[in-house]
Amino acid sequence: MMTHREALAVLASHRADAIVIPSMGSVGIWPEFSDTPRDFHYLPSSMGQVVALALGLALSRPGLRVVALSGDGSLLMNPGCLVTLGCHTAPVTVILIENGLYEVTGGQPPAGVGRVDFAGLARASGIERVFAFDTLSEWEAGCREALAGDQPTFVRLAVIGERGHLTPSAPRRMPEQIARLRAELGIN
Amino acid sequence: MIDAPTVVTAIVSAGFTHLVWIPDSHLGTWDPHLPGSPLTVIRPTREGEAVAIAAGLLLGGARPLVAIQCTGFFEAGDAVRNVVHDLGLPLKLIVGVRSLRASRQGRSQDNCPRFAEPITQAWQLPYSHFDPAADGADVVRSLHTLAAGAEPHVLLWAE
Repeated sequence: MMTHREALAVLASHRADAIVIPSMGSVGIWPEFSDTPRDFHYLPSSMGQVVALALGLALSRPGLRVVALSGDGSLLMNPGCLVTLGCHTAPVTVILIENGLYEVTGGQPPAGVGRVDFAGLARASGIERVFAFDTLSEWEAGCREALAGDQPTFVRLAVIGERGHLTPSAPRRMPEQIARLRAELGIN
Repeated sequence: MIDAPTVVTAIVSAGFTHLVWIPDSHLGTWDPHLPGSPLTVIRPTREGEAVAIAAGLLLGGARPLVAIQCTGFFEAGDAVRNVVHDLGLPLKLIVGVRSLRASRQGRSQDNCPRFAEPITQAWQLPYSHFDPAADGADVVRSLHTLAAGAEPHVLLWAE
């Protein structure tokens, strides 16, 4: 397994020009690695909707590469989003932080912890590019390939659950985030 | 009753680029007329997901229309709250109000009409009404009103 921070550090070194959308616990860590207009911290959020938001953004700008960071508890709130994603050819990568707990609410286990095959769920939902990495060294070795596709991609990372984290806050307020992102994309 | 091809043409003429929709028995009549239109049609699995997809489209500069039945609108409350009141995006929705016409005539016990408008008000969404079966119904004007402006708007669509 790997820590949440280690997982995001590897992503930061390979994301190139992709838009990265952290959600929930990842919002508290990702700014340590990147805080550019191509980082859209989805907080405040609607839990379970980060994949849908990423798909919409990618479909608005053909060719735009988008990476969505989701927790396992969040994905379980809206697993149908994988089916929708699998119906499109957009270069959206879902990175699942599978840590087996609701991190920001005190570490309670979500339903089915340890029993759900998330990579299998993604495949069964119609996503053809699916990766699963159990160790940091595997993730380091496979990250470049996982992020390279032009099709929907699902990456499941086995992450050590950590309790005691408070609800994070985004590094800047939402209106500023949106303005930065749109300016970066050349949208008036 | 305004027919489906007329509705689809009006959606396009209002300037919408994407239709994010989950059909019901009324909205579903548009389906055969969508493939030949300029609209990009996105079919999500649940209404909250539809709202979040629309948010991403709006962030990227597109002009999406979400079309869902009121039952799904009820389910999508947290996504609507987030997109409209946290992100501040001008979400545009057609919400089909199931059984509204029959209810007005005393022919339905469906409670959807009782809740659709109060819930729209509870989410503090600007809204207007449209009945495709009403005399003089102007779908072009209603959809242009829906599309106009930088504010969110819900068109409560009588079914």
